[in-house]
Amino acid sequence: MKPVAIIGAGPAGIRAAQTLVAHGVYPILLDEAARGGGQIYRQQPANFKRSPAKLYGFEAHKASALHQTFDALREQLDYRPDTLVWNAEAGLLDTLHEGRVARVEYASVIVATGATDRILPAPGWTLPGVYSLGAAQIALKFQGCAIGERVVFAGSGPLLYLVAYQYARAGAKVLAVLDSSPLSAQARALPGLLAQPATLAKGLYYRAWLTSHGIAVHQGASLSRIDGERRVQSLKWRNAKGEQALDCDAVAFAHGLRSETQLADLLGCEFSWSHLNRAWLPQRDPAGRSSVPGVYLAGDGAGIMGADAAEIAGERAALALLEDLGYLVDPQRCAQLEQSLERIGRFRQGLERAFVLPTDWAAHAADDLMICRCEEVSAGEIRQVVGEGHWEINRVKAHCRVGMGRCQGRMCGAAAAEIIASESGRPVGEIGRMRAQAPVKPLPFGLEIEP
Amino acid sequence: MIEVDVVIIGGGIVGASAALFLSKAGRRVALLERDFCGSHSSGVNYGGVRRQGRPLSQLPLSQRAHEIWSQLPQLIGIDGEYQRSGHLKLARSPDDLRALHDYAANSQGFGLDLQLLDRDQLRARFPWVGAVAVGASLCPDDGHANPRLVSPAFAQAARRHGAQVFEQCAVSHVEHDGQRFGVRTETGLVLQAPWLLNCAGAWASHFAGQFGEAVPMHAGHPAMLVTEPLPLVMDASTGVEGGGIYARQVARGNCVLGGGQGFALDDARARPGQNAVIDILRQAVELYPFLEGAQAIRTWSGTEGYLPDRQPVIGHSSTQPGLLHAFGFAGAGFQIGPAVGQALTEIICCGASKTSLDAFSITRFHSISVA
Amino acid sequence: MALLTRLAEGDRPALDFTLDGKPAIGLLGDTLLTAVLTCSEHLRGSDFSAEPRAGFCLMGACQDCWVRLGDGRRVRACSTLLEAGQQVIREPGRQL
Repeated sequence: MKPVAIIGAGPAGIRAAQTLVAHGVYPILLDEAARGGGQIYRQQPANFKRSPAKLYGFEAHKASALHQTFDALREQLDYRPDTLVWNAEAGLLDTLHEGRVARVEYASVIVATGATDRILPAPGWTLPGVYSLGAAQIALKFQGCAIGERVVFAGSGPLLYLVAYQYARAGAKVLAVLDSSPLSAQARALPGLLAQPATLAKGLYYRAWLTSHGIAVHQGASLSRIDGERRVQSLKWRNAKGEQALDCDAVAFAHGLRSETQLADLLGCEFSWSHLNRAWLPQRDPAGRSSVPGVYLAGDGAGIMGADAAEIAGERAALALLEDLGYLVDPQRCAQLEQSLERIGRFRQGLERAFVLPTDWAAHAADDLMICRCEEVSAGEIRQVVGEGHWEINRVKAHCRVGMGRCQGRMCGAAAAEIIASESGRPVGEIGRMRAQAPVKPLPFGLEIEP
Repeated sequence: MIEVDVVIIGGGIVGASAALFLSKAGRRVALLERDFCGSHSSGVNYGGVRRQGRPLSQLPLSQRAHEIWSQLPQLIGIDGEYQRSGHLKLARSPDDLRALHDYAANSQGFGLDLQLLDRDQLRARFPWVGAVAVGASLCPDDGHANPRLVSPAFAQAARRHGAQVFEQCAVSHVEHDGQRFGVRTETGLVLQAPWLLNCAGAWASHFAGQFGEAVPMHAGHPAMLVTEPLPLVMDASTGVEGGGIYARQVARGNCVLGGGQGFALDDARARPGQNAVIDILRQAVELYPFLEGAQAIRTWSGTEGYLPDRQPVIGHSSTQPGLLHAFGFAGAGFQIGPAVGQALTEIICCGASKTSLDAFSITRFHSISVA
Repeated sequence: MALLTRLAEGDRPALDFTLDGKPAIGLLGDTLLTAVLTCSEHLRGSDFSAEPRAGFCLMGACQDCWVRLGDGRRVRACSTLLEAGQQVIREPGRQL
């Protein structure tokens, strides 16, 4: 019998694996990283010594619990770290591990591919010293480094205050936090946020901590540009009061997260437009079943809901998979998990209201703003193609190469969609979805084939 | 109701170039494309602009296309990254090299100016070719272009010359009332014209079948991939005698490689498939050693029509006056497409194509029963 | 000059490597990205304007931190751990 496969060893993938193992299944767990935990609970290299409390703060117990669960599972599953799933077809996954390709046949698969930062670029964003918020956090968590000596954090989303706080706590000089969301949006969002009072409290705590330690927190503040000769030297930002300059040597920015959906796409899952995520997402039922029999979706890779929801969704998807294979599963547990997911979903709506994506970003983007850092395609070049009558995002890509480079649109896709929508006068949900193409990440020539 | 002189089904390079030349000749044209113009085979093919290696029967038309390509910017308003880099056909064995010599001898007089290179000449002239090649044939004025840009630009140019171009507009019904064609689309358009051009690529046998002349066409899905930008090394587009991998490098540094077959996801979409991709990644380094260590960043495929003799059908329907076919280019329609559009235009405007199309008549399949 | 600043975990064995042929020192457990950017300011030149790049996402998504190793392999600096004696070569990129 063909095995059950899980792609991704983050919170969703690990809880899915645990659930499968508990029911006597021996799954294959494929993960790009060297150690389990995903991005949020990423483990530092084995010879590092910081405590979980230092690394994960309030989430230390959750991180440790997940890591311990995973360690206990190791003998009960086929764990393949450092393994990229570069392609997926019905019943087959193609993997790359240390220069060797192999094929994994599966009966069912749980796709738990996680998320990366959602980026709305600012001029100068390719300068050395500019990183995504997630990158800034990984530098600290995984390597004990700050991205610079005088750091500015910008954008929006829960990560903004968290990473600024973590940096300041670790001894980095945080010059300012520039939150693009206006305070009014956050007040309006309060009812939704109250669905998860603990999480709300943490967010407020980080911000209060920052201001009480003399770190400037500006709301309704957006990054105008980042300047420097071969590296970051200063930036300009603006709010209702006007434009201001700030000398700094590093900037971290993002506007929330975006799901990694390429493999779900290659697996043939139906997608639909999510107003909440402002993105195309693979469809899933409350249990995590995709539109394709045998393909299940869990965690941020199928829509941003955070790590807690990912753990729950991982377990729920595994139970759905087991149920579909004829296993007996506890229906009460299933209902409980779905209720929890629903509750987090309500909070998530509040978050989205609190940290609104600046929808006027595209209108303000200058023509010379580089959108695609791989192919170096500017906003003006995209607008020119739209001006020639193209509006479907894959056709725009075909004409000006936006999203065509090494990263396959991961960094520029959201921004390109905003520019195309704004320029063509269509809602961003009606310009089509950038199609995934294998390999989902670069694949070397001269590779070997696993016998 | 839209009344025109010519309705063209299919906005690939053949249909779009016919639309362009017909519009320039003053004909009223409606071009119907069910997806976006140039988004299927015409836009996702390898991008070879090559005469070398074609069956001799195609060379007159191909030579005509060669002249059209030389006027590309004047014709469609962009250069389409077209460059006459030369096309280098590699031989991996003495037998293959002999086949290249034979082709050079047989194609004398068609203007290809082929240059045969032995192993030492090949090394001296193209040092980036791997040691597996024992010789080659160079067609100096062949080259390559960017199909993503060129094919849609033909449709845009046709539009500028007055053609009505309808995208996302699939044809739902075609009939002939004895005088003219009636065409209906899924979007609700109704069109009438005395001429109908069937340029529907891999989907063309459906329309041919409606007029009682189905052909034994099957769909193929060439596997393609592109590398990250690399230092400029390849100064010619290449192929291999006997088939295999073909490769070119664009000015931005990316190498485009094709070889092997993918598979259909559905009627309209195709993927290159793992096996073909891995084969290219493994074999390409023998032919092009500089690719060692490089990364492939994207793969794709398309849907292309193949007839049993790998020759296209071009010209009059034998069952329905006013109906012209042009399809089945077997993965080699990009270079020749504009000349086909011109030949179809001549049939409509002058009564006959200046270049003989006899070899491509649909009647050659009439004795073959089609399942 | 360095781009990244070490804040913690400084007490690790040093590893010698070379950066563009010149001797350099990282620490055991460093990624190539950390090792290179704690002693210099970039990882590669961009493909079409040769501008300096130093990675962006640090999680294997942006593909803007590829470097070459002495054995000819090309690796993502953010997801490859430094090994003693490694020769790290930064590709200068190209101005189109």
